Amino acid sequence: MMTKNKEITVPEIGQDQLELLEKLCNATAVSGDEGEVRQIVLEAIKPLVDEVKVDALGNVLATKRGHGENRVRVMLAAHMDEIGFMIVDDKDNLFQFERVGGIDERQLPGKAVLVGSEHLPGVIGAKPIHLTTTKERKSKVELSSMRIDLGPGIGDKVKPGDRATFATRFKLLGPSIRAKALDDRFGVATLIELLKYPPDNVDLLAAFTVQEEVGLRGARVAAYHIDPDMAIAIDSTPAYDLPHWEEDFGNDHYNTKLDAGPAIYVMDRATIADRRLVTLLEEAAQEKGIPYQLRQPGGGGTDAGAIHKVRSGIPSISVSVPGRYAHTAASIARVSDWENTLKLLHAALIKVTPDFLKGERRG
Amino acid sequence: MIDLLDHLKRMISTAGLSGFESPIREILMEAWAPFTDELQVSKIGSLHGLKKGQAESPRKRVLISAHMDAIGMMVTDIKDGLMHITEIGGLDHRILPGQLVMVHGRENLPGVIVQPPAHLLPKDLNDGPVDLKYLLVDVGLRPAEVAAKVRVGDTVSFAQPPMELTGEALAGHTLDNRVSLAATTLCLEILQNRVHDWDVWAVASVQEEETLGGALTSPFEIRPDLAIIIDVCFAKGPGANDWQTLPFGEGVGLGYGPNIHPALYGAFEDKAKALEIPYHRDLTPRMSGTDAMAVQIVAEGIPCAIVEIPLRYMHTPVETVSLKDVRRAGRLMAEFIADLDAETLDKMKWEE
Repeated sequence: MMTKNKEITVPEIGQDQLELLEKLCNATAVSGDEGEVRQIVLEAIKPLVDEVKVDALGNVLATKRGHGENRVRVMLAAHMDEIGFMIVDDKDNLFQFERVGGIDERQLPGKAVLVGSEHLPGVIGAKPIHLTTTKERKSKVELSSMRIDLGPGIGDKVKPGDRATFATRFKLLGPSIRAKALDDRFGVATLIELLKYPPDNVDLLAAFTVQEEVGLRGARVAAYHIDPDMAIAIDSTPAYDLPHWEEDFGNDHYNTKLDAGPAIYVMDRATIADRRLVTLLEEAAQEKGIPYQLRQPGGGGTDAGAIHKVRSGIPSISVSVPGRYAHTAASIARVSDWENTLKLLHAALIKVTPDFLKGERRG
Repeated sequence: MIDLLDHLKRMISTAGLSGFESPIREILMEAWAPFTDELQVSKIGSLHGLKKGQAESPRKRVLISAHMDAIGMMVTDIKDGLMHITEIGGLDHRILPGQLVMVHGRENLPGVIVQPPAHLLPKDLNDGPVDLKYLLVDVGLRPAEVAAKVRVGDTVSFAQPPMELTGEALAGHTLDNRVSLAATTLCLEILQNRVHDWDVWAVASVQEEETLGGALTSPFEIRPDLAIIIDVCFAKGPGANDWQTLPFGEGVGLGYGPNIHPALYGAFEDKAKALEIPYHRDLTPRMSGTDAMAVQIVAEGIPCAIVEIPLRYMHTPVETVSLKDVRRAGRLMAEFIADLDAETLDKMKWEE
């Protein structure tokens, strides 16, 4: 008697995946203090993997072995940390803060935040417009003048050293997601899904990394420990696909576009991707009919920037989910782009053969 | 007793931009119905609630005016599925990038205000503030869907959810002036169990933030003998500490200046002292920036007092207020009104 093939063999984004992403986005994990996301990751992957450990910097490193011969050791990296704030001074129940990671201070006045491990609600206020002068409104509000206000009863519940993030909660807007920290909870959630669909031909070496936003520190030591044959950083990259303010100007510098699928990196400021990996991903996409885009070469960087220079060198590339308004209170990205990123990575992993990285890197 | 926090949260989670106040008016009709004898809507949309006094008719009338309109934005143009906006009421454009909003199109569409990247903006901005005309609203929908659901002229409200801070403080958008409406509800509730001679006309006025249209028209129809305007004032906080600001959570403000009748001011001061309700005099040397500017000059003129609730970060989506001050304002107004009698007006005299 035939048994029906019970497995879904290609990963998809459904309700469970969205709920996990929501949990990840709503957690607080400012660079250097990634514990909340680390706990979610550990809980999700422990039943899935052969080995898991937390290293000296706080990276979660997990191994899921394949079953074939001559398996290629593939490192997949996604960073757990997000941009945010650290409380640096407390006077008169108002808290001065410093930025952690790249944040435009013009994004801060009038924002709601959550402070510390208890997620205490607070606000970054702004002077009432009625009390400002026209001249004053022509200059941006300086970071040094901003304070976080948690109410008059805060006492010593908040202390210098506590981290804070934007308070934005995850929400679906039609085909899109609006959330904080999609950079890089998209990557974290994608990597968790990939561990559920391990290909036989590779050993999946998952690195949920720390401190990407402040210098790719976690990825460097993770790659040293893992010592893989190749690496893919999974991240979220800006989609600057907005109109130019002048009607007649086009926008040639969009980096990526929403609805155009996963962004494959050829080059950014930190990495020149191994051409063999670009080809692998492009061919996988074409074979499976998955939409993709080549990220416009230029600035930016991912964990691959650290990984490719570890030990004697590791062939590396990045694949990102395009997202608008990264490093602000609310990013917007498409669920379909995320799903296609997941499918592309899965399709590419299946295609990896023991000899495809043999020989010299050419380009 | 009404639950002040729930009442306030519900009000600030309800739209009602200047000129588009019907959603908040409906909430108020429900809240005021148990405490009033009549509810009417004026020709331009203000809500009038009458709570009859116990004196013989014809009775004197006291007006409570609290504006119910909110600041916000309006869609001016749609480009590639993204919206350009203009302001309703006074907005410091520097607080807009990254704010959560609700676009009131053919359906309510949650979105975010976006500051485009530098290379898509004029070069001379030099990392400085980005003017409203360059900002965009993104509702996460594709261009065709946006075209079907949003039109020029649709309103855009702030959508920052309310946040309870420590020490009985609440943060959120539109606490200016929903806190005053909450204080008015408390006042009406207290008066339910009190004898009061005068008729009380509670008015939730429209368009304060733009035209003062509500405050000019409701008193004309009601013709009160005295008016109490209730609004917010500037609380001390980061960047705001001069003479124009009052301590946060440490008592109500009583407006003092040309919009206010000095004898009525004095009567409020006496009442606050007698009740041991902490208060601070809020000096407004030229104008108060409240409904009083209009109410004062309706018909042959109306004596006005201004009761104020100190608020931090006015006209931002994180306005912050102390619930203690909201309760104090409600109680002070109720006790003042309960004491109004046949002789009150005789005492409201200019110096001989």
